[in-house]
Amino acid sequence: MNLFSEQIEHESAAGRAEATGMLDMLRCARCGRDLVAEVVLAGDAACPYCGSLFRQPAYRRIEAIVDSGSFIEIEREAEPGDPLSFPGYRTKLEKEQEKSKMQEGVVIGKATIKGLRTALAVMDSYFMMGSMGTVVGEKIVILAEFALHNRLPLVIFCASGGARMQEGVLSLMQMSRTTIALARHSAAGLLHINVLTHPTTGGVTASFAMQGDITLAEPGALIGFAGPRVIEQTVRDKLPEGFQTAEYLYAHGLIDRIVDRRDLRETLASLLALHNIERAAVPEKEGRG
Amino acid sequence: MIRKDSDAQPAWERVMNARKEDRPQARDYIEKLFHGVFEVRGDQCMGDDEAIVTAVAWFETYPVTVIGQQKGHTLEERMRCNFGMPSPEGYRKSMRALRQAEKFNRPVICLVDTPGAFCGVEAEAKGQGRVIAEHLRAMATVKTPCISIIIGEGGSGGALALSLADRLIMLENSYFSVISPEGAASILFKDSSLASEAAKNLKLTAGDLKRFGIVDGIIREPQGYSRFHMDESAEAVKKAIRGALKRLSHIPPDRLVEQRQQKYLNMRWY
Repeated sequence: MNLFSEQIEHESAAGRAEATGMLDMLRCARCGRDLVAEVVLAGDAACPYCGSLFRQPAYRRIEAIVDSGSFIEIEREAEPGDPLSFPGYRTKLEKEQEKSKMQEGVVIGKATIKGLRTALAVMDSYFMMGSMGTVVGEKIVILAEFALHNRLPLVIFCASGGARMQEGVLSLMQMSRTTIALARHSAAGLLHINVLTHPTTGGVTASFAMQGDITLAEPGALIGFAGPRVIEQTVRDKLPEGFQTAEYLYAHGLIDRIVDRRDLRETLASLLALHNIERAAVPEKEGRG
Repeated sequence: MIRKDSDAQPAWERVMNARKEDRPQARDYIEKLFHGVFEVRGDQCMGDDEAIVTAVAWFETYPVTVIGQQKGHTLEERMRCNFGMPSPEGYRKSMRALRQAEKFNRPVICLVDTPGAFCGVEAEAKGQGRVIAEHLRAMATVKTPCISIIIGEGGSGGALALSLADRLIMLENSYFSVISPEGAASILFKDSSLASEAAKNLKLTAGDLKRFGIVDGIIREPQGYSRFHMDESAEAVKKAIRGALKRLSHIPPDRLVEQRQQKYLNMRWY
């Protein structure tokens, strides 16, 4: 029912390390080892001991997915305002911007993946848990329009705690706006692939994250509409084992495939090739079928 | 520092009014505003969700499709309606109504009133997020006039699904918010007793939404508005629907959809 950004465990661990002046540390949720955040996140953001995954920062993700040097970012400087004058929001934004060296929680642009051109959006859950405010919504809209105008397919890496509370109903309206921009892209016969990463919840799940032609997910990613704590409070009971993981959604027929982080580039390239735009633009011959 | 002050009262009062048990609900409006009502039941797949009512009916001289969220007045009805929190079945039923509305060129009238879409294990397993996303796309593209009226609670994504429309109208004591004031207070201010302050800060009243350009019109309510005394406002709602239908029903379907889409794409606030 509530589309809020939810803090998840290992971020607070990193926060504590920062406060004590030590290196930023991450604790692996599976094997319990403490890892140096910088080292882990500069690689594929997986635990070197047990392979379990951490959230991957947006620019690192782009590096890993697209052809080297092919990414051209658009709207890099777009910066969120404080449209409701919400108490504490401006300070929070400044802190997040300083910490992440980003203006907002999503990076958009164009690139090639194994030589195939695509528009690309990557949400960054290290920026206010990837919550969607007016600028995040606007950047998705701009990218969808850019992709439509240039007849490009669209790949979106989703990661979000949901709509951003501090921008109130204006955040909610981004669900409508992104929906419309993507419907227009889709109506032109263009491909939209979503990759759901940890966590994808709330207003993003209830809009563009679930509107792609193909939906991929990373193993173990939390994917849902409501956050698990909200559901637990509603049903007043323990949630089933593995509830709202990518594997759970796959078993329930809600997503197409779970793809290991190291295989995503390959999978995306083969899907882009299958839906090759030049071929899609060829008009159907009369009397076929 | 967040302080409680008297200024915070109006927004919070609106929220409390929107939640009043004897406030008119979708079925009350359906009875008052329409005639020849034929209720369409079930999503033809999993079940019939009573949190969403869909019907074909006459609005004056127009055959229309009505989609309403129903919370229920009595405890028994509230339980049947899951307190107005729709499940995926409800949104699927609603999409079925939208498809038929397009097929038969019937305008759609949505009556929005929900604390939010249901947050349960089953709802998640059946793809609550996906079904809301699909519903939004259906309303973004349906080639027939859509008028949405927020009659009570406009609770987050569950309400938004029925609010993407050519005209959005709010009753004076309704609200539309990304999260409940209690939820925002407990997460952002770490104190759920600050709900009234959160309500003010969330800018969720009809007046706020009008200023943002999200809402096209506000319908005033008389003192002591309830389902037992609703004639005056029902007449005002009728007038608002009549006015919108008159204007929208002459627009060719493709242009109508284009205008609806542009209206939202042009909403920028940063």
